Amino acid sequence: MFWTLLQQHFIHVSLLAAGVAALVAGSLSPLVIARGQAFSVHGIAELGLTGAAGGLLAGLDAATGALIGSVTVGALLGVLGLRERDRDAATGVVLAAGLGLGVLFLSRVNGYATTGFGLLFGSITSVSESQLRLLVIVAGIVMVLLVLVWRPLWFASVDSAAAEARGVPVRVLAVLFATMLGAAVAETIQVTGVLLILTLVVTPAAAATRLTARPAAVVALSIAAALLAAEGGVLASLEWNAPASFFVSMISFVVYVIARLVGAQRRGWRGPAHLSG
Amino acid sequence: MSATVELDDVAVGYPGRVLWSGLDLVIEPGEFVAVLGGNGTGKTTMLKALLGLIPPRAGSIKVLGEAPSRGDRRVGYVPQHAAFNPDAPIRGVDLVRLGADGHRFGPRRVSTSIRDRVDASLAAVGAQQYATAPVGLLSGGEQQRLRIASAIVDDPALILADEPLLSLDLASQRQVADVLDARRRAVGAAVVVVTHDVNPVLRHVNRVVYLAAGRWAAGTPEEVLTSERLSTLYGLDVDVVRVRDNVVIVGAPDEATGPHHHGGS
Repeated sequence: MFWTLLQQHFIHVSLLAAGVAALVAGSLSPLVIARGQAFSVHGIAELGLTGAAGGLLAGLDAATGALIGSVTVGALLGVLGLRERDRDAATGVVLAAGLGLGVLFLSRVNGYATTGFGLLFGSITSVSESQLRLLVIVAGIVMVLLVLVWRPLWFASVDSAAAEARGVPVRVLAVLFATMLGAAVAETIQVTGVLLILTLVVTPAAAATRLTARPAAVVALSIAAALLAAEGGVLASLEWNAPASFFVSMISFVVYVIARLVGAQRRGWRGPAHLSG
Repeated sequence: MSATVELDDVAVGYPGRVLWSGLDLVIEPGEFVAVLGGNGTGKTTMLKALLGLIPPRAGSIKVLGEAPSRGDRRVGYVPQHAAFNPDAPIRGVDLVRLGADGHRFGPRRVSTSIRDRVDASLAAVGAQQYATAPVGLLSGGEQQRLRIASAIVDDPALILADEPLLSLDLASQRQVADVLDARRRAVGAAVVVVTHDVNPVLRHVNRVVYLAAGRWAAGTPEEVLTSERLSTLYGLDVDVVRVRDNVVIVGAPDEATGPHHHGGS
């Protein structure tokens, strides 16, 4: 069963889509951790649902709709939540209103239940070639942008006051990052669905930071963890009859648990005594 | 040599609110200046004005002969201490490195000159030992030294530090103050430290700017930190008591340097 399925074209498309999404998610994940924006990610994803349902109603496909929704919401949150203190509240407000619209849109779509389930929990095996093309193009843009702005963005994320004094345009970068995050979330929704988004956008870097604090290594490990979970999840779903997003989230979680255990041992030399003070 | 900082009849504040005004101040190279005052008196705002982050409401500011401009490499800034998250994916050496080239766009090119400057900066604050440990796992004093190392990586002629001793234990306060002082002695940089408590830096300070309720007093610690001068400044009976090497200010409404608890956070 596994090997026959693996010959199928749609599986190749799925594996490619999962890989592209994992690359983007894994790359942005360390920044999400450094900026403490896990909640924003979830907010953006839930409004990706609104975008996807709206897209279907308007005659577009779900991937395009999710992309438009997430990027718009990401940019909006970036602008609204410029001050860190406002961010949680702004995210909550936008999220609640937008998700309400999503329910309305979804209820008007044919095959309400199936579509809804696919969006909420992912339907990687139904990604079409044209959707894959869109995912690749968007991922390419995000990755090029990320390489260009990496240093100042990283600086602004770990020490925004020092970065601002150094002349880093922290406000512009915050909006840019939120927009890039929107794109990454839209890509990841294809793999994990809206509700499991954090498994590829937060867990990989959370695992990586348990093992090292070297920024380049954190990024590399984070991408590796995301790829392992996404591709492993798709492959596992071919062999065992369960949704890919279930396997993705379980692999991601197991990687995190292992990283914690290994990390706890390695951190032993600087134990809790150093946490004070 | 020209003055490092020149403030001429400067007022700062936000729309509808002036924090202080009419401030004249000249800071020469190698001076160690403490900016004192209670919460909300405009201490941090003074640093922001010197950094070019906010314009003065009136008067003129010159930093190293020019109007302050954001990102001036000749000015090093140590922002107010906020502990790093234990999981922050960054090491001390990375933080210092960001001070050197973190403002630049595009891919990073490996450069030995930057690496040398980072190493020299870490050595200057005595942080080599823990430079490769995750920043989030270090003590407050160690984190603060790394922030200073990050601020001085370009050998700035002016170092601005916002409450660098906040929430440090007494020994760390002393060490961090010594690091800043060593820097001005080694390279002749002027140091401006915003602090609510002058005592940890009192040994090094040769000038004090005291902000209170929109007014200010400036001069040597001996001139400014007296009952008479501060009573005039506040318009209240304020007593300045010297206990051993410490200055205790009693009766100031904002308790700028009043009795308070020392100790770790």
